[in-house]
Amino acid sequence: MRYHVFHETKYIYDSIVTLSQQMLHMTPRNSFAQVCEQNTLTIHPQPTERVQHVDYFKNYSDYIAVFTPHKILKVSSSFTVTLKPRMQLSELEHSLPWNIVAHRLMHEHGEHLEAVTYLYTSPSIKCSQALADYARPSFWPGRPLIESVFELSQRIYQEFEFDPEATDVSTPLEQVLVGRRGVCQDFAHLMIGCLRSLGLAARYVSGYILTTPPEGGERLIGADASHAWISVYSLIYGWIDFDPTNNCLVQNEHITVAWGRDFSDVSPMRGIVLGGGAQKLKVNVTVTPLQLTMPAPV
Amino acid sequence: MQSILYQIPYQADHYNELLDANGLPHPHWQALIEQLANEQPSEMRHRVDAIQRQVRDNGVTYNVYADTNGLQRPWDLDALPFILPHEEWAQISAAVSQRATLLNQLLVDIYGQQTSIKEGLLPSVLVHGHAGFLRPCHDVQHQDNIALHLYAVDIARAPNGKWWVVSDRTQAPTGAGYALENRTIISSAFPDLFRDLNIQRLSGFFTSMRDSLSHWGRACAQKQSLAHPEIKALSEGEQPLIVILTPGPYNETYHEQSYLAGYLGFPLVQGNDLTVRNGIVWLKTISGLKAVHVILRRLDDDFCDPLELNSSSVLGVAGLTQVARNGQVVIANSLGSNILQSGALLGFLPKLCRRFLNEPLKMPSVATWWCGEPQALETVITNLHNLVIKPAFPQINQHPIFGEDLSPVEREHLVQKLRANPQHYIAQEQVKISQAPAWSSHHKPNINSLAIGLRVYACPTPNGYVIMPGGLARIASGKDERVITMQRGGTSKDTWITSPNTSYHTSLLRRTTSSKDLVRGNTYLSSRMVENLFWFGRYTIRNTHNTRLIRTAIQFFLEFSTEHRPIEWSTLHQLCLWFGLMPETEEATKKSKQVVLNDDDIEHQLIQAVFSSKDSSLQSNIQQFFQLAFNIRERLSSDNWRIINQMSQRFNHGRHTPTLSETLEHLNETSADLVTLSGFTLDGMTRDQGWRFMSIGRRIERLQFLCVLLQNALTMPPESNLDWLLELTDSIVTYRARYSAQPEWLPVLDLLLMDEHNPNAMIFQLKGMVKYLTEVSVNYGNGGYEDIFIERLDSLKALDPDLSLYHGSATLLNWLNETYTKSVELSDLLSLRFFSYSGKASTEQF
Repeated sequence: MRYHVFHETKYIYDSIVTLSQQMLHMTPRNSFAQVCEQNTLTIHPQPTERVQHVDYFKNYSDYIAVFTPHKILKVSSSFTVTLKPRMQLSELEHSLPWNIVAHRLMHEHGEHLEAVTYLYTSPSIKCSQALADYARPSFWPGRPLIESVFELSQRIYQEFEFDPEATDVSTPLEQVLVGRRGVCQDFAHLMIGCLRSLGLAARYVSGYILTTPPEGGERLIGADASHAWISVYSLIYGWIDFDPTNNCLVQNEHITVAWGRDFSDVSPMRGIVLGGGAQKLKVNVTVTPLQLTMPAPV
Repeated sequence: MQSILYQIPYQADHYNELLDANGLPHPHWQALIEQLANEQPSEMRHRVDAIQRQVRDNGVTYNVYADTNGLQRPWDLDALPFILPHEEWAQISAAVSQRATLLNQLLVDIYGQQTSIKEGLLPSVLVHGHAGFLRPCHDVQHQDNIALHLYAVDIARAPNGKWWVVSDRTQAPTGAGYALENRTIISSAFPDLFRDLNIQRLSGFFTSMRDSLSHWGRACAQKQSLAHPEIKALSEGEQPLIVILTPGPYNETYHEQSYLAGYLGFPLVQGNDLTVRNGIVWLKTISGLKAVHVILRRLDDDFCDPLELNSSSVLGVAGLTQVARNGQVVIANSLGSNILQSGALLGFLPKLCRRFLNEPLKMPSVATWWCGEPQALETVITNLHNLVIKPAFPQINQHPIFGEDLSPVEREHLVQKLRANPQHYIAQEQVKISQAPAWSSHHKPNINSLAIGLRVYACPTPNGYVIMPGGLARIASGKDERVITMQRGGTSKDTWITSPNTSYHTSLLRRTTSSKDLVRGNTYLSSRMVENLFWFGRYTIRNTHNTRLIRTAIQFFLEFSTEHRPIEWSTLHQLCLWFGLMPETEEATKKSKQVVLNDDDIEHQLIQAVFSSKDSSLQSNIQQFFQLAFNIRERLSSDNWRIINQMSQRFNHGRHTPTLSETLEHLNETSADLVTLSGFTLDGMTRDQGWRFMSIGRRIERLQFLCVLLQNALTMPPESNLDWLLELTDSIVTYRARYSAQPEWLPVLDLLLMDEHNPNAMIFQLKGMVKYLTEVSVNYGNGGYEDIFIERLDSLKALDPDLSLYHGSATLLNWLNETYTKSVELSDLLSLRFFSYSGKASTEQF
């Protein structure tokens, strides 16, 4: 599959901002599952400084500093990406028992350095007995990892309600677990927390998802949103992505931008402003499916 | 001598630093014990008094956040030094140097290759599960692979006489400055002994530290100019810019930070004094941005950068991590070094030492088990009664638990906790640490034996780590002698290392300053420093005026009884109201007329003007002044500081309500102190740009006071006496010498306005103001404000004494009014132009 993504973030400030320094995670990374053809990051007003570096998780991170006084800061990311086929559920039948994977991660961490980063409590995900207890019914000793994780994903989908009003960026995980409501970010954090509390390695993936227009309706421009899901380390099959919000194994509708331990490692835009007062945030995302040979829109 | 020794408590199951198994002093204590035994008991009393006085006068404090009795607690220092022989020190020193080298390598490895984890020498959870492992700091580039620039280690002695490591301090070790101050005080309490024992000096260590930081700072400067052609390379003898980054005056060890800054000669800066532009850290000075080469930080790791680390930090510098990653600044210690402080590492160091240094670890750690290892966990549970349980990671909030204190139920509870999250805990053997002699004036025997721990400091040089010959010794004087910390009420000690012969700890680096590198001005004056100096100047004068005003009012009040109180009293009262020293009564505001207060009320109000806790009282203004002085501490000489300290402390002693005559006495002392301070300012401080801003601050305050004073005087009843006016302007002596008659309006006004030789005259103040403002314009470009004051000066000169200098003169009143307004405007203009850096940053995350 091939997609074009347009993502515009607009901050509107009450008073003038004299200095803005931001760290962005908006440039998509390449991975075994996707290849980016072209991407551009446009910033208004023109930043005085702009530097890109590759972060600890090998994501692209763009630092910008805007010294021009402004009341609106606009960052737009536009790129085209081709998704490569991922393994389907039927191909993943022979995964190792989850408890074997957990045991190996604990005792042979020298061989799985890439995974150990994602084994422990992180800023937004505190491992706990409560999370392990929630996951436990799907994880009995000897049960294959993928089967167990998929069931956990299904249970989160069934037992939690999607509710944008219930949580915000700072809602702690315990509250999500008790309240059984939240958005994709909460469900991803929750599922990662469950897996890590059992000794498995799981990471947070941020990106976009293709939304299906209503039956017979037009694809609406800007109606899509950023999305988040999880990836679990399976040892023999490597990293496998699940989307608890949509109850699925990630296939060809998920476009990856960055991954980390949790949201705090990959937040699209985080920074410091001088001045500004109160602020409003507007986000526009449009994901357009392209023919494999079709040129990307300009 | 025997009689002293018999009284000293001796616990056979602890090593005794002073006494051997036969109850005789070890040779290196002999001289001290002999001196104590042979001198009069009063000598030691005098010594203790002198020590306490010095601590107080030098303002050595340790802030305690939770202390409700005021933030600043005087530093607690024991009168007896802690003495160690040089033979023993050589071993300690070698062990600490080895450990510093090892930990430095481990730090570089953790933030780089992670060989230690790949080879299974270190469990991954101790790094990846540690909240202090800061991923943005991965791959930070270091000069010569040095990440640890100041290392401290807490050591203690076991019953068998061997030293053990209790914990490592790798983030921003505190106490080196306190050790230096302890030395100054204790060495002067025992001058002969100090000289006879030939105790090793501490200064060499700090010289090494300064020279080494300069060395790496220079290398950093070179990298900067390679990356940025517009940045000029340092010349041969030019010094790199090294700053000390402080969390600010509320930090518990701020006193030490400012002391070190002054001692090392590095500017003390706060986060918002620095800014990151084009991949370089800059210091905001009033002459523009200056590239910073080394940051010696006292800020915790994650607080250093709100952009990439802790986004809620308002103390850090946004973008700092990025600059460090590119090796464009040296951060001492490297960001993320907190990770090495985890006690869980201790058990893994022997293997790591063999691997990295190819030699055995010289000094063992106190036996420590990390419960994350299943075998260790079982050992810990079996031996719980002998162990202390501590958290393995900083994010786990838990005081040490002593196994021996636990009831069976509590014990069971703890075991459950350990089994549930074994990775979160370490267990340490509960050590019986050695006891050292400590002095107590109030108890018998005077010499007690108390548990002692020693903090030793190391810093790298291009030729390896060097050790401070001495350290910060601490004795447990709190309730629980098993816990030694300054935070929970410990006492510190000076540590003396004897020397075999004169061993100068000379710096390993040479410095060459050529004539073209001579520094003749303070190039690194931060905007914040200048702002503080400006207000310091203003508050010196404001307090001088207020003190004089209240004093004059009290004298008036005491001198005349109610019915004989002259008419000018109401003007004085009016002035006290204007400056907020006395409260407006409700009737007064309603009728806009003075009410007649009874004398008891007035007396009460006058005392309150000095001592009340209201913002406008003299006491509050002095506290404000003290705070400003605290902020510019590293620029004040110790004499200067002592006066300020005394003055502010005098206000703290008022438990009972002072009488009017006590208040007067108090004001006399305060006034004398302020005059002394002004003398220091004129005589002792370098005339740099900072001094100029301070002087402008002083003059603004003087002009405003004179304007208000004269406006009030000119509108009092015509027959009023003018003595008080001359008194308040400190011009009475001059007047009497010239006129030897009752003061009259024309000569008084001439003396206070037009006399260029009277430093208290308007014209003198204006001329100075014009001079300083012009100098500021020459250095920083014209701001236009000197023109305003040239105009004020000219118009004052143009006043015809015969036509304008009389009681009630409208011309004069207008002129005063205008001058007052201009001086207020000037203050705002200067703030806007020179101090306006301090906009508040806010963080956001989407």
